Amino acid sequence: MAENLEVKELEQVVVRFSGDSGDGMQLAGNIFSTVSATIGNGISTFPDYPADIRAPQGSLTGVSGFQVHIGEGKVYTPGDKCDVLVAMNAAALKTQYKHAKPQATIIIDTDSFGPKDLEKAEFKTADYLAEMGIDEDRVVACPITKMVKDCLADSGMDNKAIMKCRNMFALGIVCWLFNRDVTLVENFLREKFAKKPQIAENNIKVVNAGFNYGHNTHAGVPATYRIESKNKVKGRYMDITGNKATAYGLIAAAEKAGMKLFLGSYPITPATDVLHELAKHKSLGVTTVQCEDEISGCASAVGASFAGAMAATSTSGPGVCLKSEAINLAVIDELPLVIIDVQRGGPSTGLPTKSEQTDLLQALYGRNGESPMPVIAATSPTDCFDAVYSAAKIAVEHLTPVLLLTDAYVANGSAAWKLPNIAELPEIHPHYAPESMKGNYTPYKRDEETLVRYWGIPGREGFTHILGGLEKDSDTGAISTDPENHDKMCRLRAGKVARIPVPDLEVLGDKDDAELLIVGFGGTAGHLYSAMEELRKKGHKVAAAQFKFINPLPKNTAEVLMKYKKVVVAEQNLGQLAAYLRAKVDGFVPYQFNQVKGQPFVVSELVESFEEIINK
Amino acid sequence: MFTIQDYKKGQPRWCPGCGDHFFLASLHKAMAELGVPPYETAVISGIGCSSRLPYYVNTYAMQTIHGRAAAIATGAKVANPNLTIWQISGDGDGLAIGGNHFIHAMRRNIDLNMILLNNRIYGLTKGQYSPTSPRGFVSKSSPFGTVEDPFRPAELCFGARGRFFARAVATDAAGTVEVLKAAKQHKGASVCEILQNCVIFNNGVYDSIYKSEGRKKNAIYVKHGEPLIFGENNEFGLVQEGFGLKVVKIGENGITEKDILVHDAHCEDNTLQLKLAMMDNEHGFPVALGVIRDVEAPTYETAVAEQIEEVKGKKKYHNFMELLETNDIWEVK
Repeated sequence: MAENLEVKELEQVVVRFSGDSGDGMQLAGNIFSTVSATIGNGISTFPDYPADIRAPQGSLTGVSGFQVHIGEGKVYTPGDKCDVLVAMNAAALKTQYKHAKPQATIIIDTDSFGPKDLEKAEFKTADYLAEMGIDEDRVVACPITKMVKDCLADSGMDNKAIMKCRNMFALGIVCWLFNRDVTLVENFLREKFAKKPQIAENNIKVVNAGFNYGHNTHAGVPATYRIESKNKVKGRYMDITGNKATAYGLIAAAEKAGMKLFLGSYPITPATDVLHELAKHKSLGVTTVQCEDEISGCASAVGASFAGAMAATSTSGPGVCLKSEAINLAVIDELPLVIIDVQRGGPSTGLPTKSEQTDLLQALYGRNGESPMPVIAATSPTDCFDAVYSAAKIAVEHLTPVLLLTDAYVANGSAAWKLPNIAELPEIHPHYAPESMKGNYTPYKRDEETLVRYWGIPGREGFTHILGGLEKDSDTGAISTDPENHDKMCRLRAGKVARIPVPDLEVLGDKDDAELLIVGFGGTAGHLYSAMEELRKKGHKVAAAQFKFINPLPKNTAEVLMKYKKVVVAEQNLGQLAAYLRAKVDGFVPYQFNQVKGQPFVVSELVESFEEIINK
Repeated sequence: MFTIQDYKKGQPRWCPGCGDHFFLASLHKAMAELGVPPYETAVISGIGCSSRLPYYVNTYAMQTIHGRAAAIATGAKVANPNLTIWQISGDGDGLAIGGNHFIHAMRRNIDLNMILLNNRIYGLTKGQYSPTSPRGFVSKSSPFGTVEDPFRPAELCFGARGRFFARAVATDAAGTVEVLKAAKQHKGASVCEILQNCVIFNNGVYDSIYKSEGRKKNAIYVKHGEPLIFGENNEFGLVQEGFGLKVVKIGENGITEKDILVHDAHCEDNTLQLKLAMMDNEHGFPVALGVIRDVEAPTYETAVAEQIEEVKGKKKYHNFMELLETNDIWEVK
């Protein structure tokens, strides 16, 4: 029977693993994406956590999901809707089915659809498939729990431990469905559980059981699938999330600059993993201080910067609110500082685990006084590395705080990352005061061209000075309330930021003759690019440009924005980038696409909206 | 060698007669006597009259934002442990808006010399009550008297597991220099409460002890290892009675000097030290001046540095490229 099953080639596929928070869906998804990447597929993943700390088992609010998009070439998003949905219990099916395509294959553990499970998932009848309007033919209904128990009956494991292996059975079925080599999974598990070999072997046994179940029963599906690898870029890769890439970028920048890395932080979703990651790497000399509050997280970083460290603070929007006074101190003192804002749904506590781009104007303008500060937005999980590296480089070379915007989607999502070589990363030269200034140093003498002041580090003889939050004389650095001087200092600080060189805005797609230019910033890059490609496939002439450097704007901004007849600014807020660009570019009147749902854009919705604009 | 002149800078702009002038002179003197080079010293303050002080020292210095001096100093010390840091705050800056950072700096035991210039009033904003103003205090923002109890800095410090607490009167140069030097020599967070008179908005608040004659009667200088004796002719002493302290006259009721309690600033248990610190004239006690508590404990920045060294010894990766290799890596050929 197995021998005759057809194998179909696919360009790409989206698989969503879902279950109770404790069901290990993230691990299953992670393994599937990693083994796919190993053979050269493009990957992009996104976890979908519940907001509750630990919702009751089997409840609707306790469901967590992990979506994996794999393709024969590069993929740019975790995908809109899934082709395969794994639902480990009734609540998962109930809440996650909306993420499945109409013809998606649904894999369920029938042992988790008993009367109690159905009740917790708020099903009204025993025929849950009919209730949800799911065609039985699309469902791989498998008694996963029972089969895992049978498989591990002789393992000596207790019931709780056995139940934790259910995710591996589901993974086995998915591996069979996509013709994945199970030995790759075995290798992964042996490495992951290197210190607990028995756990590794038990999991491997279950994965194989799941694979064999698919193979032997055909699981009721008409065909299995294969995703080849095309356009492979040779090299060594790892899977990395945005938050981890952010931490790695800071480490690389500090090492390149020859500086000590200091992170002052306070736990906050969805930014805490930056703190977690950096706290691990004491062997690299990284110092992390978990502070008493957000204010102290930033204030301690300002102090560390004053004392000569490469200083950073990580947070999300509500934390930026609390940090803004200390950020402003760094602005007026002209001290380097990297502020990482992993945006989440707001205002206030808002949607802590969800993603939006609603902190842009806060980043640009959310402080008292004339407070110019560079703002950079990371465009993908792996771009977090490059973006934070740029932020750190600008901070220490131009003596300014720099705010990096990422978001929950980019921070928790992951993608294959080609390992960088630190030797090939841009040089970083902190703007230290030269030895020639010894004895006659004042802190606000500037490089005439860049307007950057010179940095004197405490401990160094001949450079003692005072910095303060009060306005200072542009020459001596002494307190000054002189009106002319204040006006001059405001212009100097603004001018310094304006003169920071940033790369030109890149236009992709039909850059010469596009009917529509799609503009966005930061983490929506993949979705907007995918939408552009879809539209081009449909025969439209479309281009896309994604802002990464937002303050200062790229020099060619006006030229690009004014070149096309129609421009749409698409963002996950109610029009913050559009408002900013309109303020900066005379006569720029874009169309707008705005969504504030806490969820990533859906490419098909973008395509539909953009097509309407084209046809207007 | 450095002299007082090496630490002096600028012309202070406090009101004539302000206690901050006296304190600044003592700080310059203590700095010179301690001999830490100006370029290895940082003075970090928040906002308020007393927080103007960094402008008048010729060291590395930073006047920051309201309440955050302790947090900023924490970052500076951890990043650069060789610096000797003086953190200057008033009672509003340190105990109201900055209360959280104050207690956590204590708890972490970071090696900062935390100076609390306590005048029990907001001076810079022109006369509102502060968190150390007594209940019923009449001020511009409490025209009918406050209806809240004050913080007593020592109590707060001890409650936050403070290991060093000393007190001096701003006009008492010798006493101030002594506690400042002891604070610097103590490794860990050291709080010096400086009782300082605001001549404009709260004049006379420390009248009973602001001059040396008054201090003889109404204050006691505590010294580790010495009996707790005070009075114009050293005729009074402190003894323990029940759960508290009691003032006795030596020579009366058979009391001799041997019966007097001997000060132990190094005692881990802070019970009696707290009782000393809480004494006030209102309840018939002298105000305790000098080093009340001085107990060594591991400091935060040293522990951070030690942990880094320890982990460096254990882990096999020591630079970024080696860090990359600790991940699950695959090769696309």
